[in-house]
Amino acid sequence: MHSFEYARPATIAETVALLDEYGPDARLLAGGTDLLIELRDWKIQPKVVIDVKRIAELAPAIRRVDGRLSISASSVMTDIVEDTEVQRHFPALAEAAVVVGSVQIRNRATLAGNICNGSPAADTSPPLLVYRAVVVVVGPAGTRRIPIDDFIVGPGVTALARGEMVTAIEVPFPDRPTGAAYTRLTRRWGTDLASITLCCGVEAGGVTRLAYGSVGPRALLVTDETGVLADEDATEDDKAFVLDAMFADASPSPRSMRASPAYRLAMLRVLGARALHTALERLSKELVP
Amino acid sequence: MSDRLHIELTVNGAVRALDVAVHHTLLDALRDDMDLTGTKECCVVGECGACTIIVDGRSVNSCLMLAVEADGAEVTTVEGLAVDRRLSPLQEAFLETGAAQCGFCISGQLMAAHFLLERNPHPTLDEVHDGLSGNLCRCAGYGQIAAAVLQAAERGAT
Amino acid sequence: MSATGVGSSVARVGGFGRVTGTQEYLADIHLSDVLHVKLVTLDCSRARILSIDTSAAEQVPGVRLVMTAADLPQPVPRFGPQFQDRPVLATGETKYHGEPVAAVAAETKDAAEEAARLVRVEHEVLAGGVFSVADALDPASPLVQDPALRPDDPLAGTNIRRQHDFGWGDVGAATADLVVENTYQFPMVTHFAIEPHGFMAAPDGDGIVVWSTIQHPFLLQKIIAKLLDLPLSKVRVVAPDPGGGFGGKQNPKYEPLLAFMALRVDRPVRLILTLDESFQAARRAACEVRVRTGLRADGTLVFEDFEANFLAGAYVDIADRVVSKGSYLAAGPYRVPAVRILARTLLSHTTPSTAFRGFGIPQVSWARESNLDEAARTLGIDRLELRLRNLAGYGEEFVPGDTPADGRWSQTVRKAAELIEWGAPLAPGRGRGIAIGLKSGPTTGLSYSTVRLLADGSATVFSGTSDMGQGARTVFAQIASQELGVPLDRIAVVMGDTSVVPYDQQTSASRSSVLMGNAVLRACRAVQAQVAAIASRLHGVNESEIVVDGGVVRLPDGELPIVDVAKAGLGRLGGEITGHGEMRKEAVPDHPLGGTAAFFEFNCTAVELEVDEGTGHIDIVRHVTVSDVGRALNPIQVAGQDEGAAVMGLGHTIMEHIILDEEGRIRNLGAIDYRIPTSLDLPRQLVSASIENADGPGPYGVKGISEGALLVVSPAVASAVTEATGLVIRDLPLTPQRVWEAMRESVMETV
Repeated sequence: MHSFEYARPATIAETVALLDEYGPDARLLAGGTDLLIELRDWKIQPKVVIDVKRIAELAPAIRRVDGRLSISASSVMTDIVEDTEVQRHFPALAEAAVVVGSVQIRNRATLAGNICNGSPAADTSPPLLVYRAVVVVVGPAGTRRIPIDDFIVGPGVTALARGEMVTAIEVPFPDRPTGAAYTRLTRRWGTDLASITLCCGVEAGGVTRLAYGSVGPRALLVTDETGVLADEDATEDDKAFVLDAMFADASPSPRSMRASPAYRLAMLRVLGARALHTALERLSKELVP
Repeated sequence: MSDRLHIELTVNGAVRALDVAVHHTLLDALRDDMDLTGTKECCVVGECGACTIIVDGRSVNSCLMLAVEADGAEVTTVEGLAVDRRLSPLQEAFLETGAAQCGFCISGQLMAAHFLLERNPHPTLDEVHDGLSGNLCRCAGYGQIAAAVLQAAERGAT
Repeated sequence: MSATGVGSSVARVGGFGRVTGTQEYLADIHLSDVLHVKLVTLDCSRARILSIDTSAAEQVPGVRLVMTAADLPQPVPRFGPQFQDRPVLATGETKYHGEPVAAVAAETKDAAEEAARLVRVEHEVLAGGVFSVADALDPASPLVQDPALRPDDPLAGTNIRRQHDFGWGDVGAATADLVVENTYQFPMVTHFAIEPHGFMAAPDGDGIVVWSTIQHPFLLQKIIAKLLDLPLSKVRVVAPDPGGGFGGKQNPKYEPLLAFMALRVDRPVRLILTLDESFQAARRAACEVRVRTGLRADGTLVFEDFEANFLAGAYVDIADRVVSKGSYLAAGPYRVPAVRILARTLLSHTTPSTAFRGFGIPQVSWARESNLDEAARTLGIDRLELRLRNLAGYGEEFVPGDTPADGRWSQTVRKAAELIEWGAPLAPGRGRGIAIGLKSGPTTGLSYSTVRLLADGSATVFSGTSDMGQGARTVFAQIASQELGVPLDRIAVVMGDTSVVPYDQQTSASRSSVLMGNAVLRACRAVQAQVAAIASRLHGVNESEIVVDGGVVRLPDGELPIVDVAKAGLGRLGGEITGHGEMRKEAVPDHPLGGTAAFFEFNCTAVELEVDEGTGHIDIVRHVTVSDVGRALNPIQVAGQDEGAAVMGLGHTIMEHIILDEEGRIRNLGAIDYRIPTSLDLPRQLVSASIENADGPGPYGVKGISEGALLVVSPAVASAVTEATGLVIRDLPLTPQRVWEAMRESVMETV
């Protein structure tokens, strides 16, 4: 590993100033589970590594703020998995967080870090897309809120401008009953990077939101407003037809050694149907008075 | 060429003050600077769990933490499980079930099990498998390790 | 049998160190004044080395040596357990992805790493290469090795390093009602011991000390002595208990390099491989097997005809022995009138393969057992029945001229069948498979042991075996405890230092319980003989009237513990009673393998599983493994080894494979993309059992264990997949994707 300066700012303002000063020569260190691997591989050689874990304003916290659940930037996957509000209102997010690495990884890896890493295979991307998450970003010009779909731009590339950092991820409480499920395709049942990530959310009223990743440069969100997917009386074939069209923009890499494009495209359909089934089951439980 | 930073942390109940290279991991510092070689190095990408320790009450892969991040932290390693050379119930159970074969993964398995039992004193077999899934073993079929954890739980390990 | 002696599941000797983190593995050994070594490798499989500029590297503060092939004696020394083909450092050309071209020694790991990155190797990447069996057999492929390395070999102008022909009877003349012919593939996989390889070397007066995670300390001693032109007495090998070996640590890899560096720089040097480097240093030989099986309509085997092509790698290491020993038993533990085996050791521009648990048998068994299954299905005969019908009986010379069947093997098979409930109704969507594996133990061997019964009645056992988790220390302590009556906690077992322990040929082939076990036993007997003489002297009884065994001295008028007699005999001056034991299995000159099998490891594996027809994932409901062990000297250790071997077998069956790119580079180095089973990948139920008939040649009737349960996991699983889905898959691993592809192909075929 190359050496670097280590900064441990106490406030967001200090951090923003450092980020603005160093630009691409600075990297933020939260959980470190991605960053340390990149450092060790000499993939990146930052001049300064900024440890955000002592910033009091970012201390791990998951709390209700104005009809949204706000997840602070230092919140780790374990916190998210164990949070009762997440389990109750955003179960697909808990389902995704609990498969990010192992217990040891989850005790360190932050949600903010996960989305900033921008991996097309990030487990948390599809549920965040389905749940309409918004990323709270603070920079030299102030605060802005970026919808998650606009935040991850490509592999390892986010919408953060120079000097900006994520301070929280906010997920609006659903305004109507929703059933959602997260699933993924892996090579083994033990910890693994996903060959497909997929989240399906069905809302009362018949709209289905489907987000999937690891089959292209970024996770994609597609919405079905026909109501077919949510329709109890629709046949499996009808649903398969609609689902099929939703995967039209999947472009799995032929160079991947985890899974072939043909297998991935086929599994999108298989897992999509299964996630839809689970989402519908969960929705019907929500609808029971 | 590398900067050295001063850190102070508590390791197995004892305060340690030392200067560490900023780019060295906590695993490096434990093994090379603090002479605590019980924690092992294998994959260095957080997959195998051989380097598992407890930091501020949570199990972590020490290969993915910079030493400087542990400034002010409370750390427990495998060397801290036994008290006055008396094995903990978990360690005893590992001996009794034959869980350690070559033994290289065992430090990590013990720390992962320690963390599991602190939060879940009576896990099911599935929960044990899940809790220790970040610790690879190549010698065993994981059966005797899991049996040890369940046995320790039964005897009230924590 | 006492509660702490043989046959009881006593706590592992060395267990305390392992659960407290105090066990000293190689990387834990601190040598003062040590220099850290970092290897310099290229990001390609084949390159012509044009020049190496070490000047920038040498400028890094703390660097003491940058060694290249030019710094070694010329011509560059070569070594290897079978052929001296591996250069200490790549010379002229690199032959595989990861072959070191230079090495840096520096005061700190950081300096060594930085300097290694600054070594400028001007090289020309050579396109193409030999990366598969087809490549190796293609006469147009480049030669992996210089033909001048084997001038008298007619095969020198090819990539065939050796060809072996085994067999008996006349396959050509055999008439069969059914002939089943198929080709099977076994992939490259790597050992992935949790402890990466590690090595150290230091000048020691006019000699040298070498530390290594080596499984064969005395072989390493011999090779280092030869390379450095030193007498054996001046080469000391210290071999701490390895953190897992599985064969990957049997033979020297970078110890010779470190030895030259240590002498050059006159300081201790230390190299711990990264996990990635360990993958590049050792693997199993991949194999393509074409098999023709001929049977009569009633399922009786008429002939077996094999062509087995093993991809050995750039240097042979012990791979040719893997090929010969593995292929020799390709026909398995069956009664087969005519067998023809053609096996080739093929060179390739890939990591040198080496020994790996099973030693060629998993590869050939994958083909043989799967082919038998197809025959059974075609003939409409139950797969278990077919096997039992042809299984060699106890005492039968199923390989003419070799050791007859040394077990009541049908017992093992029936036990496995019982535990899997073979024949019971299957839930829909499920399938069962059953397979039989056979491996021979060592064909020659030599082990010595010394046992010292000390003045206070405690004892020390000296053994050159490497305890890498299989529990050798414990077994030897149990034998000594059993024979001398010394409680287990008063026995020390010393291993791992060639200056201290007597010669042991190696730790491999599941040999140690038998060969070293017998040496320990004989050493104990030698102590017992001296105790008998003492008793005779002390009690005025004729030695012929004294029997010493099981910890006890039996006199005409009573019994005394050995320990008491010994103490009394040693008297005021104290001292000790030392016994030496030797166990030797001589070579047989005309034998194709150099010797007959000391014993056989026989295993029957059976599984029940279901397949997710949407995704191709295999879910193993129950995995049964039964081995014929002779005696379980320590049942818990046997179970631990068997379960571990079973899960390791599952690894190469459903998830493990080394992935090469078109230019022979390994794509999935490291733990993230090379998948081994975790605690979440286990069968729902894993059942292991031992058959103990005390019919082995080792102490108390023991045979060897530790490899059996891995041998035929693949064909058992594949057979169950076929029953569950109708799919026949002949390439491993059976990843979900591969199973899904097979499903899709079969759908397309029926369309």
